[in-house]
Amino acid sequence: MYPTTYHRPSSLAEASRLFAEAGDAAYISGGHTLLPAMKTRLAAPENLIDLRHVPELRGIEVTSENVSIGAGTTHHAVSQSGAIRQAIPTLAAMAGTIGDAAVRTLGTIGGSVANNDPAADYPAAVLALSGTIITDRRTIPADAFFRGLYETALEEGEIVTRLSFRLPEAAGYAKFRNPASRYPMAGVFIARHRGGEVRVAVTGAGNDGVFRVPEMEAALARDFSAGALKGITVSPAAMLSDIHGTAAYRANLVGVMARRAMENLGSAVAID
Amino acid sequence: MARVKLTVNGSEVSREVEDRTLLVQFLRDHLGLTGTHVGCDTSQCGACVVHLDGHAAKSCTILAVQAAGASVTTIEGLADGDRLHPVQAAFREHHGLQCGFCTPGMIMTAVDMINRHAGRLDEKTVRHELEGNICRCTGYQNIVKSVLAAADEMRPGLSLSGLQAAE
Ligand SMILES: Cc1cc2nc3c(=O)[nH]c(=O)nc-3n(C[C@H](O)[C@H](O)[C@H](O)COP(=O)(O)OP(=O)(O)OC[C@H]3O[C@@H](n4cnc5c(N)ncnc54)[C@H](O)[C@@H]3O)c2cc1C
Ligand code: FES
Repeated sequence: MYPTTYHRPSSLAEASRLFAEAGDAAYISGGHTLLPAMKTRLAAPENLIDLRHVPELRGIEVTSENVSIGAGTTHHAVSQSGAIRQAIPTLAAMAGTIGDAAVRTLGTIGGSVANNDPAADYPAAVLALSGTIITDRRTIPADAFFRGLYETALEEGEIVTRLSFRLPEAAGYAKFRNPASRYPMAGVFIARHRGGEVRVAVTGAGNDGVFRVPEMEAALARDFSAGALKGITVSPAAMLSDIHGTAAYRANLVGVMARRAMENLGSAVAID
Repeated sequence: MARVKLTVNGSEVSREVEDRTLLVQFLRDHLGLTGTHVGCDTSQCGACVVHLDGHAAKSCTILAVQAAGASVTTIEGLADGDRLHPVQAAFREHHGLQCGFCTPGMIMTAVDMINRHAGRLDEKTVRHELEGNICRCTGYQNIVKSVLAAADEMRPGLSLSGLQAAE
């Protein structure tokens, strides 16, 4: 790792001021994406601005309509929150399948969403649940936030402060793990919202990051059952292809994981 | 450089280190606590697991300055004098190690796992919970047996159900 200078702001305003003043800077939350990148010198920010002690990024609030999660909330805290388990059980269960127990101790929802790794779990959940990304500057709907591989709508220095989700009527998540990295090779999050809208979001498989599957959404809006997915395929042309799996293999996995998600509503299944 | 103050195994420590110093380097190189190991560069092997404010964490994937102010427990902090912690005793009893390199991380992960599940563990859960700890000798069979035995030991009201599940 190259030398870096650490800063520990204790408010949102201080964090964003430090970023603006510091020149070459990066925010750090759980550090479970950024530090491995710094260790291999893929990233070398001269300044690190630690968001773990910023009170505005903390806290979980649940109402009958909505779940709001502070960006600094760890995967462990989301998975263990009684309020989230009750309101959106699939979301809590999904957080409990990210990485391993030690990764979940430090990794955060805000860091995961801001990073938008094409194989991360949270982007699929945020997109399918029609989540809202709240920053220190504005409010961004999920559909406008994720913009391809590691790309988001965030501007230079903008901080994700909270994630907000309206309560779905039903949701399910299933992923097939990459045997080496353990990130999803294909993960499908399905949610049926009040009013009948169904959203299906896929992570891990697409060559342009997380994406929705309109054909599955339309079929599930008519008939919200695993059987309704029969015969619907996604095009291999839009899939990643690498040493872990061909585009055709991933396209097939998307169909299988969508079915498994529907068969396991209310939970999250991770298949090895 | 930064002054890093931490509580390690119950004692306050303070050292002047470079900001880029990983917690595991702080423990090993600055405090001489070499029980915590480094087995990879990719945050995947779990040889470096310690407890950070009571939860399992990979000390290779957090800077010492980030951990400043926290309470850290390492493998050296588990035993009570000459009396081994029940998880350490179970690893010895059930031969839960071969070369021993992964053992400190396995034990710290196991203690955290047993605490989180209030000692109620079965073989499937233990194997799943060991996701982030790699044993290059592939000695998982006895590691799982050791964790289940320790869980039984640490659970109020002794039962052998977990042990039998592993056999
Ligand atoms: C061994 C291992 C296994 C893993 N397995 C999985 C897995 O199966 N699935 C999965 O989804 N993830 C996995 N992860 C990633 C893990 O979930 C990360 O913790 C997460 O993706 C990033 O969160 P973080 O808080 O660690 O972010 P950091 O590493 O702190 O930050 C990541 C990026 O986001 C920026 N950032 C952080 N917080 C904010 C914010 N509030 N506002 C704006 N920008 C911000 C940082 O500047 C940086 O660019 C794994 C990680 C490891 C080490
Ligand atoms: S040394 Fe920390 S995970 Fe391998």
